[in-house]
Amino acid sequence: MSAVAPVGGRDERLAPTSTLRKLLARPELGSVVGAVAVFVFFSIAAPSFLQASSLSTVLYSASTIGIMAAPVALLMIGGEFDLSAGVMVTTSALVSSMFSYQMTANVWVGVGVSLLVTLAIGFFNGFMLTRTKLPSFIITLGTFLMLTGLNLGFTKLITGTVSTKTIADMEGFSSARALFASQWNIGSVTLKVTILWWFAIVAVATWILLRTRAGNWIFAVGGGADAARATGVPVVKTRIGLYMGVALCAWISGQHILFSFDVVQSGEGVGNEFLYIIAAVIGGCLMTGGYGSAIGSAVGAFIFGMTSNGIVYAQWNPDWFKFFLGAMLLLATLLNAWVRKRAEATK
Amino acid sequence: MGAVLAAVLGASLAGCSSTGGKRAEERAKAAEAGRPAVSTPRWTFAMVTHAGDGDTFWDIVQKGAKEAAAKDNINFVYAHDDQAQQQAQFVQNAIDQKVDGIVVSLAKPEALKDVLAKAVKAGIPVITVNSGSAQSAEYGALTHIGQDEVIAGEAVGTELDKRGKKRAVCVLHEQGNVGHEQRCAGAKKTFSGTMENLYVEGTNMPSVQAAIQAQLQADPSIDAIVTLGAPFAPTAVKAKDAAGSKAEVDTFDLNASVARDLKSGALGFAVDQQPYLQGYEAIDLLWLYRYNANVLGGGRPVLTGPQIVTAAEAAKLEEYIKRGSR
Repeated sequence: MSAVAPVGGRDERLAPTSTLRKLLARPELGSVVGAVAVFVFFSIAAPSFLQASSLSTVLYSASTIGIMAAPVALLMIGGEFDLSAGVMVTTSALVSSMFSYQMTANVWVGVGVSLLVTLAIGFFNGFMLTRTKLPSFIITLGTFLMLTGLNLGFTKLITGTVSTKTIADMEGFSSARALFASQWNIGSVTLKVTILWWFAIVAVATWILLRTRAGNWIFAVGGGADAARATGVPVVKTRIGLYMGVALCAWISGQHILFSFDVVQSGEGVGNEFLYIIAAVIGGCLMTGGYGSAIGSAVGAFIFGMTSNGIVYAQWNPDWFKFFLGAMLLLATLLNAWVRKRAEATK
Repeated sequence: MGAVLAAVLGASLAGCSSTGGKRAEERAKAAEAGRPAVSTPRWTFAMVTHAGDGDTFWDIVQKGAKEAAAKDNINFVYAHDDQAQQQAQFVQNAIDQKVDGIVVSLAKPEALKDVLAKAVKAGIPVITVNSGSAQSAEYGALTHIGQDEVIAGEAVGTELDKRGKKRAVCVLHEQGNVGHEQRCAGAKKTFSGTMENLYVEGTNMPSVQAAIQAQLQADPSIDAIVTLGAPFAPTAVKAKDAAGSKAEVDTFDLNASVARDLKSGALGFAVDQQPYLQGYEAIDLLWLYRYNANVLGGGRPVLTGPQIVTAAEAAKLEEYIKRGSR
């Protein structure tokens, strides 16, 4: 880094910062470096990785994680966790499918009911957290276990089996499929609509964080709830809002799974909450809150997509996948910490 | 440090075992042929299953597939995930790589419908294994190789009747698995006594034992326990002993400890679906299709089970089980 030219007679806090320095101070910088490294690595290790069709598969894979990683990143910037995010996706798909089927209603009715139910779960998480003052880890761990049980129990009770019945022949299915699970084939490349959803969600999340008052509240609550409350930030509203944001995206993911596969297995989704958290952390979110970015979560999800598919394209044994994921999480977090230190040192 | 190392090495050399262990395994490996027996080009076949991590059963399927691949000069690629979305993703990966054949298990058929249509459209031959016999042909697969779970369950019910059992428990270790439900339903159908389902948490052995134990203590009249996977049979035997019950433990699938317990009489019988055959045949049939456009099964599933294994057969199978191919 070049030394800062002394600014004669002016307050140093008003000194203009260079673009480079602004870039260095961004939370997602470390993850971008990591993403480039992973990309180059798999381009060399797996010959079929660089095909357009493979890259579209990687993007799709990243989008399924990224749609959830963005609201989870916001929640983590707000200083909280959501361990129920993974099964909530399955819950949302199950409610949608079973409500439509049992009521013989238009599929869109099920989709609407599912939105209300999923938002209610998000509200419950936030409400319990703000009311009980228990750590969010405990609250959402409870929700996670309860939802896992409800998914299995209700599905068995209502359908008599462990998965939902097909709703592909019902009214509204094709239009809902177009919204949540359509795809365009351009030659050998398949672009799925989730990629658009993902970009839109990341854009909205970034706008909220950087351009609105709510964004300032999120940073303030994550940085220190008591100080934030003292300065007039609506802490309760912010936290509940963050959990409902996670629920909204869980609903989008759930509908995507339902309309791309038509039948939902009741036992799925367990463990995915950690993938969302990993994507957010690789993207520069701190576990302690108050720091991070939505764009970072997208880069984290992209790294995840490259790794999970790259291992297959490289024709390695997928037994090693979890090991790579863990090693990458550590490396990315170390890199983030190092970049952040450098950025702060040159301020 | 060096002294300790020397001591350990010395002790292990002095205390050689003339039976079993790694050396016996290596001898058995050397006896297997690992060279291709054909001169066809080196095709790539991908196998994508719904197995979870570290699953014994699927390990044997994979072994069969690998040995067939070695014989047929095939580059064999394997991927698995117990979540439907990820499994579909792996099939897409295989299509992206333009493989010459795909083997897939259809435990969650609807999730794989679209991606298999893509494979067929891309001209990649598909063979389904283990589960999904009902959807296999509809999705454009050449053949299905596996065991019909309902038929396998029915065989268990009949065998329990033969043994004069009256009250049985069917232990399901994976909530959400359709095949497991079918097995228990099939057994219920042919069993003239009463049979109840008991759901346990398969990823947590101590809790499996506790649940079976509690069930046996709650109902002493239970005289048969049927587990759906080999690793759970010894656990059920432990639970039975702890509860002081006289029930007979029977199981689906084989492994080394099941073979041992069958021989000693701790287990009644096992129902084998020959996983090795599922992997081996899938790869071999793809090779035959590529080489000679042969298709087996005449549009019907090719069944690899059920085979009822009792104490008499267990002795013969034990060495095959030990080397991991039964």
